[in-house]
Amino acid sequence: MGIEKYLPDGFVLTTTLEKIVGLARSYSVWPCTFGLACCAIEMMATSLAHYDIARFGSEVFRPSPRQSDLMIVAGTLTKKMSPMVKTIYEQISDPKWVIAMGACASCGGIFQTYAVVQGVDQVIPVDVYLPGCPPRPEGLLAALMKIQQRARGERFRDRPDIVTEEDIKKYCIERNIPEKIEAPVNF
Amino acid sequence: MAKASEIIKLIQKKHKKAIIEAHEFRQDPIVVVKKDKLLEVCEFIKKEKKLLFNLLVDVTAVDFLPYKRKPRFDIVYILVSVDHDHRLILKTQVDEGEKVPSVYHLWKSANFPEREVYDMFGIEFEGHPDLRRILMWPGFEYHPLRKDFPVKGYDFDKKWDPETIRDKVFKY
Repeated sequence: MGIEKYLPDGFVLTTTLEKIVGLARSYSVWPCTFGLACCAIEMMATSLAHYDIARFGSEVFRPSPRQSDLMIVAGTLTKKMSPMVKTIYEQISDPKWVIAMGACASCGGIFQTYAVVQGVDQVIPVDVYLPGCPPRPEGLLAALMKIQQRARGERFRDRPDIVTEEDIKKYCIERNIPEKIEAPVNF
Repeated sequence: MAKASEIIKLIQKKHKKAIIEAHEFRQDPIVVVKKDKLLEVCEFIKKEKKLLFNLLVDVTAVDFLPYKRKPRFDIVYILVSVDHDHRLILKTQVDEGEKVPSVYHLWKSANFPEREVYDMFGIEFEGHPDLRRILMWPGFEYHPLRKDFPVKGYDFDKKWDPETIRDKVFKY
């Protein structure tokens, strides 16, 4: 056999429980997809053969939030869809992480309009923002690796207790949107 | 496949008084009719053998508020004949507060586009089976594609709370 041949008998490894659990969690982050718009295509591309996301542990994209850890919000979040995002986020059990994929999910993107929520972090708390329109699959893999680093380095008591609605509101961001956003070029 | 000028001539022969204006643009005829004769013209172009416009592609509207034109809106119907392979763009002029007859009984595909015109412009269609908002949520007070509605909407810099529309949009 492999490495077991070189280990001495009665090998005992001491570590902290948090590290082992963090290691286990980080290498099997199952995403729950929330593919809304064009970024969903890049998410699909990441899960296909060329930029395989399965080799990072995200073997299956679970359609159900009950069976997943990570929520990738890929695409433009419209105001009409926002209660659904919140419901799906609440249904994911702890520990959970969120990637805001793309410009529209991070900050509203180019759509400063009446129907688009300016950033999904107004509705749910976000761990990693991934810029791009759309971000390349390698970008999504980089974001996933950052989530893995977070999962590894987490201590149990640091995990926020998100149970009620006030807790969710506490971790969402109050965005200060200036009155007039100046474009650098006059169209 | 009839040429654009022939299509215009056929409509003009039968409904001379209904047409306000007719011209051709890039081999597509564009005909502007009066609102009260709209249903007659639509029935005619659907049933006439040489025209047979049986596919309604889209219904949309244009707001002429910056030009201060008196019938404020322009409703545009894009029609295609599958059998003869030609297109027609039919327009009517509607003022604010006026209602337009719905063409749902002729072309069933007018269902959703007319709902979209009602949602975005506020133009009501008489005879539509289910006229309600389709893109914005029920209870949204404005009509977004009108020219006096700002692009950013109202309350743009306030934080968005999805609980305000949860019961209107989602049943859980």
